[in-house]
Amino acid sequence: MAEKKIRIMVAKPGLDGHDRGARILARCFRDAGFEVIYTGCHQTPEQIAAAAIQEDVDIVGLSCLSGAHRYLFPRVVEILKEKGAADITVIGGGIIPDQDFPSLYDAGIKAIFTPGAPLDTIVQWVRTNVQPRNE
Amino acid sequence: MYFTKNTLNQSKELSDKWEEEVRQTVARTPDQKARCSTVSDLEIKRLYTPEDIEKTDFARDIGAPGEFPFLRGNQATGYRGRYWTFRMFSGMGSAFDTNARWHMLLKEGNAGLSTAFDFPTLMGYDSDSPKARGECGRCGVAIDTLDDFRTLMEGIPMDRVTTSMTINPPATALWAMYCAAAESKGASLAQIGGTIQNDMLKEFIAQKTFMCPPEPSVRLISDTVEFGTKHVPNWNTISISGYHIREAGSTAIQELAFTLRDGIEYVEDVIRRKGLDVDEFAPRLSFFFNAHIDFFEEICKMRAARRIWARVMRDRFHAKNPRSWWMRFHTQTAGCSLTAQQPYNNVVRTAVEALAAVLGGTQSLHTNSLDEVLCLPSDHAVEIALRTQQILAEETGVANTIDPLAGSYFVESLTNKMEEEAWAYIEKIDAMGGMVSAIEKGFPQLEIADAAYRFQQQIDAGEKTMVGVNKYASSAKQEIPVQDINPQVEEEQIARLSAVKRRRDSRAVKRDLDELKSACKTGKNVMPFCIQAVKELATVQEICDVYREVFGEYRDPGLY
Amino acid sequence: MTEEFEGMEQLRKIRAGDVRTASRLIRNLEDELPEAKSAIRRIFPHTGRAHVVGITGSPGAGKSTLVDALIASFRKREKTVGVLAVDPTSPFTGGAILGDRIRMQRHAEDPGVFVRSLATRGALGGLSKAVGDAVHVMDVMGKDLILVETVGTGQQEVEIINHSHTVIVVLVPGMGDEIQAIKAGIMEIADIFVINKADRDGSHQLESELMSMLNMVPEFQGGWRPPIVRIGNCFEPGPFGESLEELAAVIGDHYRRLVETDLLGDRMRRKTMVEIHEALRDAILAPILKEMTESGEMEEIAGRLLRKETDPYTIAAEVARRRLK
Repeated sequence: MAEKKIRIMVAKPGLDGHDRGARILARCFRDAGFEVIYTGCHQTPEQIAAAAIQEDVDIVGLSCLSGAHRYLFPRVVEILKEKGAADITVIGGGIIPDQDFPSLYDAGIKAIFTPGAPLDTIVQWVRTNVQPRNE
Repeated sequence: MYFTKNTLNQSKELSDKWEEEVRQTVARTPDQKARCSTVSDLEIKRLYTPEDIEKTDFARDIGAPGEFPFLRGNQATGYRGRYWTFRMFSGMGSAFDTNARWHMLLKEGNAGLSTAFDFPTLMGYDSDSPKARGECGRCGVAIDTLDDFRTLMEGIPMDRVTTSMTINPPATALWAMYCAAAESKGASLAQIGGTIQNDMLKEFIAQKTFMCPPEPSVRLISDTVEFGTKHVPNWNTISISGYHIREAGSTAIQELAFTLRDGIEYVEDVIRRKGLDVDEFAPRLSFFFNAHIDFFEEICKMRAARRIWARVMRDRFHAKNPRSWWMRFHTQTAGCSLTAQQPYNNVVRTAVEALAAVLGGTQSLHTNSLDEVLCLPSDHAVEIALRTQQILAEETGVANTIDPLAGSYFVESLTNKMEEEAWAYIEKIDAMGGMVSAIEKGFPQLEIADAAYRFQQQIDAGEKTMVGVNKYASSAKQEIPVQDINPQVEEEQIARLSAVKRRRDSRAVKRDLDELKSACKTGKNVMPFCIQAVKELATVQEICDVYREVFGEYRDPGLY
Repeated sequence: MTEEFEGMEQLRKIRAGDVRTASRLIRNLEDELPEAKSAIRRIFPHTGRAHVVGITGSPGAGKSTLVDALIASFRKREKTVGVLAVDPTSPFTGGAILGDRIRMQRHAEDPGVFVRSLATRGALGGLSKAVGDAVHVMDVMGKDLILVETVGTGQQEVEIINHSHTVIVVLVPGMGDEIQAIKAGIMEIADIFVINKADRDGSHQLESELMSMLNMVPEFQGGWRPPIVRIGNCFEPGPFGESLEELAAVIGDHYRRLVETDLLGDRMRRKTMVEIHEALRDAILAPILKEMTESGEMEEIAGRLLRKETDPYTIAAEVARRRLK
């Protein structure tokens, strides 16, 4: 049997085009042995959720630097739930002040990584909290 | 340079002795690091001596301020004539909110305005567009119509204060609003002054607020240059930018080279498409650089930029007017150098970066606030940032003399090196058929992605340090007040927009948009049509939708 | 629930077009789960309806952008589309960035389009082992067209022919796609040539070179001489604006030709042969190799070979005699 790989989507919802972090994470996850579905920037929450389901990803990582995370991140979680894919883990990163964390967690975001979080910490979190195929 | 043979011999002798001394010391006490390099990973030697610049020709390469190649500055009088403009970039929430912040800044000594728009505006969408959900007013001011713009400029003497607007695909629409607002307040187009960023090439390369494909985007830019040349003489119609290229993770040399090569592309296009003589518009081209944390690399980058551009304008484009040879630039301290951990450290970073910009000879400067890694800046944080500039200008003495670092073996050597490597990139892009061609091939985008990844790997390996992040991190959290945007902004703005749409003459708007569409198709200059349309209260999105329809939308190749 | 019942449920869902179930089955194929093979057994009788188009060419040839434009074109004709986009697995880390999807995201919410990215996971030939069966899954879902986009190493791509009815080779002028530089294999498998970014310098030369090469072929299967379609910027109107539609039409033409000349049967037989060889290898050879490795016999044989006490052919004959009674 082949080795099971974690399938992770890296996506940028909303109009923010600053994708330096997202692209670095895509490479970093590849280097960690994951299969990364990179969907680029300017995605609506609907596009991200649809792609996540088509690609059977285990986890979706959302990046937003424009302050619109309060609306966009929970919306992705909501749509996944509506489409029967609530088992897909959703994490987020970007310019997110501490005071926004509680409401994001409440909305179903499992972890938030802001600038300065070492790449290894993020990779370890995924390895610990996500199983390939969500088994 | 101007060293006598005797001096060079003496220097060689002393250097040899010194190197022996170093060898012996290092054998006992090894260096902290095997290799020292800038934040861009450019290697730096332990010592620079006269030999490092012996080939530099004083008259040809260094010269005097106000003289070709302008290494030491454009103006003969330097900062003693006039300080760099304190131009703090700001925008938040609604036009009312931003107007209030602007008045506060002007009162505290900010000399020029600089507008930050929200993402829907930046991308050419209105506040009531589904794409604007959650984004309205969050990272800049929401502007939909001339109505909002007039509110933004309330109480501001548009004939006396200059305004910069960071806006790219919708630049024609926003500039049209500025012109219309000014006229309605009695300031003529001949009187108003400012800048629109309006640099689409760097969007394809780095910042990614794009709308139409490269070719029509460049055409719209040439329209604005032509309009400015003929009707708005004090306006800088492009701010050819390296800031964003650097923020996307490029090295300093890539920032320098890609920015200047973008400039070359624009000059070529205006000449070819509009038939203007280079001297007619070149004096109004402006640039925008990043001031990153490696102190000397930034100073040398800016000096090299002036010299390269002077040479490009005189030798490649045969400009005759010395003002065409000037490189005038705005600088912003590096957002990507700031940390969310121990945010008060950011005050120090910004101060050092601002100092580099001043020693680099910038014409205007924005200093970041300590809290910008978390949110839009609070009043208090922005005050510190502004004071930083004022302290540099008034207390430190660095503005007393022009280009104080000239003649330093290190600084001149590094300036030369950066120029040399920048030329190599410029020639490479020339060989690819120009910048638009290079962008289609993905060249600058991939160079930047590789540099960004390399830097991150160096941080993670501890080869490069970010204090408070991968070294000297503290477990105690520094709490700082976080500026929040009024959550009602989106709702209120949508309501305002509806009201405007109800009271305007929709037939006139439709007529004006149709005429704009026709101008786009027939190659007429779009600016007069934009101004007419915004006067009838056409929205930013309505104008941009015309462009999208005629020119098509750019598809992100998604390079990583 | 019995396994049998679950299996029927899975088949039912896939036939109804359920994306999640289909995507998970493809995952099972990639992970080489035994139940995946059972699933394929179950769905296999329902395959054979879709037109499978393989798209190959060097990296940078613009395959993904072309696929995106083709999807739009087929959707206008009300055809449903499945896409298998393959990208290389890093040999060092085992991970992969699957980024072809970026260029097709405008179709993400269209229920008539299913894009699934796969990593090669070490397979040579530009495709992943699971692709062949993933094609069956999309077929059973009812997709009219299945586009298989390969990695594009350009020179080992012949495997695409084993899975497709129609093979499109995408070339770009000025990127070293001169005919001499391309291995013969690629040129021989093409049913359609696309010169992409044809507005660039060198496109006429490339076209003439292709034509000369085609002129040297004495006879074409089914009388189908591969057409050369020149495509400029897919999204800009202009001299190449219609050629995207031309390409979509030609793809349809080729399928009809295959059907008319019964070449379709040929292609399907070719695919079946590959599949049966694979399956036999899995069923017969793999267990033998596994057992020999586990029992230490493999090590022992290796030792004998290194000491030149025997040769590989003698060994193989010996093993065959012993094990295949």
